[in-house]
Amino acid sequence: MKPLKEIESRFVPLPIENIDTDQIIPARFLKATTRDGFGKNLFRDWRYVQDDEQQPVASFVLNQPRYSGEILVAGKNFGCGSSREHAAWALKDYGFKAVVSSFFADIFKNNALNNGVIPVRVSDVFLAKIFSQDAEAEIQINIEQQTITILLTGEQKSFDINPYKKTCLLNGYDDIDYLISIKDSIEKYEAARK
Amino acid sequence: MGATLFDKIWNQHIVQQVNDGPSVLYIDRHFIHEVTSPQAFNGIEKRGLPLFRPKQIVATADHNVPTLHQELPIRDELSRLQVQQLIENCARHGVELYGLGHPNQGIVHVIGPELGVTQPGMTIVCGDSHTSTHGAFGTIAFGIGTSEVEMVFAAQCLLQNKPKQMRINIEGELLPGVVAKDIILCIIAQISAGGATGYFVEYAGSAIRKLSMEARMTICNMSIEMGARGGLIAPDETTFAYMEGRPFAPAGDAFTKKVAAWRELYSDADAAFDMELNIQAAQVQPMITFGTNPGMGMAINDSIPTYESLEAESEKANLKKALTYMGLQAGQPLLGMQVQHVFIGSCTNSRIEDLRLVAAMVKGKKKHPDVHVLIVPGSQEVARQAKREGLDSIFMDAGFELRQAGCSACLGMNEDKVPAGEYCVSTSNRNFEGRQGAGARTLLASPLTAAAAALTGKITDVRTLL
Ligand code: SF4
Repeated sequence: MKPLKEIESRFVPLPIENIDTDQIIPARFLKATTRDGFGKNLFRDWRYVQDDEQQPVASFVLNQPRYSGEILVAGKNFGCGSSREHAAWALKDYGFKAVVSSFFADIFKNNALNNGVIPVRVSDVFLAKIFSQDAEAEIQINIEQQTITILLTGEQKSFDINPYKKTCLLNGYDDIDYLISIKDSIEKYEAARK
Repeated sequence: MGATLFDKIWNQHIVQQVNDGPSVLYIDRHFIHEVTSPQAFNGIEKRGLPLFRPKQIVATADHNVPTLHQELPIRDELSRLQVQQLIENCARHGVELYGLGHPNQGIVHVIGPELGVTQPGMTIVCGDSHTSTHGAFGTIAFGIGTSEVEMVFAAQCLLQNKPKQMRINIEGELLPGVVAKDIILCIIAQISAGGATGYFVEYAGSAIRKLSMEARMTICNMSIEMGARGGLIAPDETTFAYMEGRPFAPAGDAFTKKVAAWRELYSDADAAFDMELNIQAAQVQPMITFGTNPGMGMAINDSIPTYESLEAESEKANLKKALTYMGLQAGQPLLGMQVQHVFIGSCTNSRIEDLRLVAAMVKGKKKHPDVHVLIVPGSQEVARQAKREGLDSIFMDAGFELRQAGCSACLGMNEDKVPAGEYCVSTSNRNFEGRQGAGARTLLASPLTAAAAALTGKITDVRTLL
């Protein structure tokens, strides 16, 4: 994984609560055996009329050219439901590096972090503030400082991130590297339990 | 202060603690299936790593398999390739696979317990959120993403932060017509689809103690539907009796010794929980959902909430979005509404006991002519047992379509889908938009309520048929 320190970008607003992973990536697209190419099916059933790429749903935010950017801003309890990591892959493949919401489902949060997509949890009030910005507004997410800033107004909030995960993100290494490094301890644990 | 059941199992599985960070949690059993494992196999192969403990993994094909003619090659090419890839990956890495055609094949959360692979006190993971099902045996069992599947492949461990703990006590006697599915739907309606996020839930109380293992699995299964990572129930005599004689359970003296250790698995009287909830079993009614998340549920003879009854603007917006999708009106009752489909199956309600409940209700009767009824056993073993008991002919005589084991219309990955705009009373666990097929409208309910709808073609209070 590439190290990730800061994201500065416009944002895509999706003010819907309880967005489940079946919406992020419907089950029929889970037949692939690689991690690539899921972006084109991100929010598939909200994006197109009857699954037809020739008929985009005009009102859906991903089809509105005035919205773009690497940051998705969504209503609370984002990513609930199925454990499919394909949801995180789809977001990443589409080009999102962060999701901002006032609440995340547990498994999604881990899956996102494991793929270098940062779940940034903010208060309901701050979330509403972001939603009220113009499409041109830029947002900065600084992982080192753990801050999120609306650049136009300068409003800034800090967010939580697990210190271990933060180190991983900043340095671009992952849990497997860590677990392999402690293999001896794992084997000792196994031996002691027998 | 005493330890909770969760603490006891958790503590026994800590390999070490990362400074300022998560715990390294040892995983006893790892279940895998065709949909969430291929990228993990690719991942470790790319890193040049072997599987660390292949003997602790059990694989099956369930999500993407047809439920008709499983003896023939899978018609859908992508599905066939995915299932084929699982076969190759398991062969290459020495993983036991219960694939299509194998007598042990079935939905991963049905076969684990049925084979006795799932045992009290274990840590169990699977790349599937309903891994919480195995908690019914007093295990820490939870769903993981594919990157985590890869971690368990590589080191048989996961880096985990200890979750908060909640206990839900259900006391007293259930009313006639009310079953385990109604209990869990009632709990989720009460605490909402995100209400237990960050928690592991222990289900306790006299009503839980009286439940069979199958019923306990139904309850633990849907823990994820309120956001909880998992749910668990202390093992007891019911658990031990269920375990005895299962193919992978210890036998003889080894079993007796294990049972002695399993008896220590309970929450101490002075154990503390971050949150506690009490429910009277007698208050639980047959339940049904009306919306597009499992928290949008109500007693079957209630009406859908009105907008005026909701305070937050966001809740009104959620309800509006859900009802638009469902083609329903705020304030409307559901009783008497026609449905086109009934689906009985999924890792929530496809075990032999579920099939018996349905059979007892429909025996000698016929389904309503306008409703299509699909009944899908959770495993080959459930199908064989149903046959031994003659349940298959009861279903066939009733006009049900009895299929072969798999996830089927629970997630609509194979051909078993509900057409757009049509209603389905389903014993599965998720009513998300499009879950059973694009545009499908799912109403979650118990096997009894599903059977009642099959007979009448309408949403029916099962108590009127008892
Ligand atoms: S039956 Fe449904 S919920 Fe259960 S494992 Fe299969 S797809 Fe998932």
